[in-house]
Amino acid sequence: MACDTWREKIEAYADAELSPEEMRAMGEHLRGCASCTSDLLGCVQLKRAIKTAGTRYSPGVALRQRMQEGISKKNKPVWIRTWLPGLAATAAVVALAFLLFRPGSSTREGQTISELADLHVATMASATPVDVISTDRHTVKPWFQGKIPFTFNLPELADTPFTLEGGRVSYLDQAPGAQLIFKIGNHRVSVFIFQNMANRGFPSEDERSRHLTFNVDTWTDENLRYFVIGDADPNDIHRLSELLRMAARS
Amino acid sequence: MPLFDSLYNFARWLTHDREAADDLVQETFGKALKGFPSFQQGTNFRAWIFRILRNTFLTSRTGLKNEITVSLDSEESESVQPATADTPESLFLDRSNQRMVQEAIEELPVIFREVILLCDIEEMSYQEIAETVSIPIGTVMSRLARARNALRLTLTRKLQGV
Repeated sequence: MACDTWREKIEAYADAELSPEEMRAMGEHLRGCASCTSDLLGCVQLKRAIKTAGTRYSPGVALRQRMQEGISKKNKPVWIRTWLPGLAATAAVVALAFLLFRPGSSTREGQTISELADLHVATMASATPVDVISTDRHTVKPWFQGKIPFTFNLPELADTPFTLEGGRVSYLDQAPGAQLIFKIGNHRVSVFIFQNMANRGFPSEDERSRHLTFNVDTWTDENLRYFVIGDADPNDIHRLSELLRMAARS
Repeated sequence: MPLFDSLYNFARWLTHDREAADDLVQETFGKALKGFPSFQQGTNFRAWIFRILRNTFLTSRTGLKNEITVSLDSEESESVQPATADTPESLFLDRSNQRMVQEAIEELPVIFREVILLCDIEEMSYQEIAETVSIPIGTVMSRLARARNALRLTLTRKLQGV
């Protein structure tokens, strides 16, 4: 298929709107096509810039109060009139208030994953994706000494389908962390490790999700936050996560 | 971002005015409350309430002033343009360009602004956007592609200082 045909689908790919077969085929194509990968990077960057710039306005305290007062005013006459419609109306208010005001997935969390997805895509598009090139965990781990303010364990990968390709120092919210690149089949997966400080916008719980077509696993261990992100099969992402969790405990 | 905050953000982007946005959100809430018994449980609540807000906006004085100025006739017949056709391959945007991106979004006609906000800020699927805006999915895709191309061109122009 010519690049023009793929290019038509890049936007839908970035929006995670292609069928699973098309997503896979596009992933395969991107791995061998620098031009389309560059277009995808541009597309993802624009999406992220829109998200960051567009999350701009917050409701003021006065509006919140007016809304609350509105609810109570609406309820009073109904209660006086009769019990049953009153109950129904109150149930509607409670249900609506719950749906409107419940803490949803926070934008900040979404932005964190978006930033990591960007870092992953940028790394994949880079001519020098890793600063320490080694398949040996005993070389990669010491390389980070003095470069990041924590240490971590890497799993033994013999008898697994994964290969360690190397690592680099990455930054999130101006704080340094480790980015490790693993390979499974033709897929490359980034593992990000950062200190789990408060107010970093990290997801509050362990999570397996899909974001901008990437599969993401994230969890906290010993005050370190791990993110495994890539276009590999979700089961492979999870398997790599399990290996990292086991290594962290060893 | 809880839904109330999202609705408010969307309302401000539609109205460009704090008071109008406050009124719009309050009116939306009132209508949602009245119409809640008719909301079908299990269907998409977010698309439902965003649709109420959008329709309320379109029939408001501000909304009518914003009357769609883009030819709608042409868009249905137009094929979806590739995202990057005739536009720079990559725009290097960072936080320092945030104001520029905001201005570029503001300059978009409302029918393009709304789909891009719903897609990239609310992270709605094409199906959800189609339900919210009451247009077919194909039109969602063509509007998104045109909105993004317009943004790219505006941003390129701004970055080049033209």
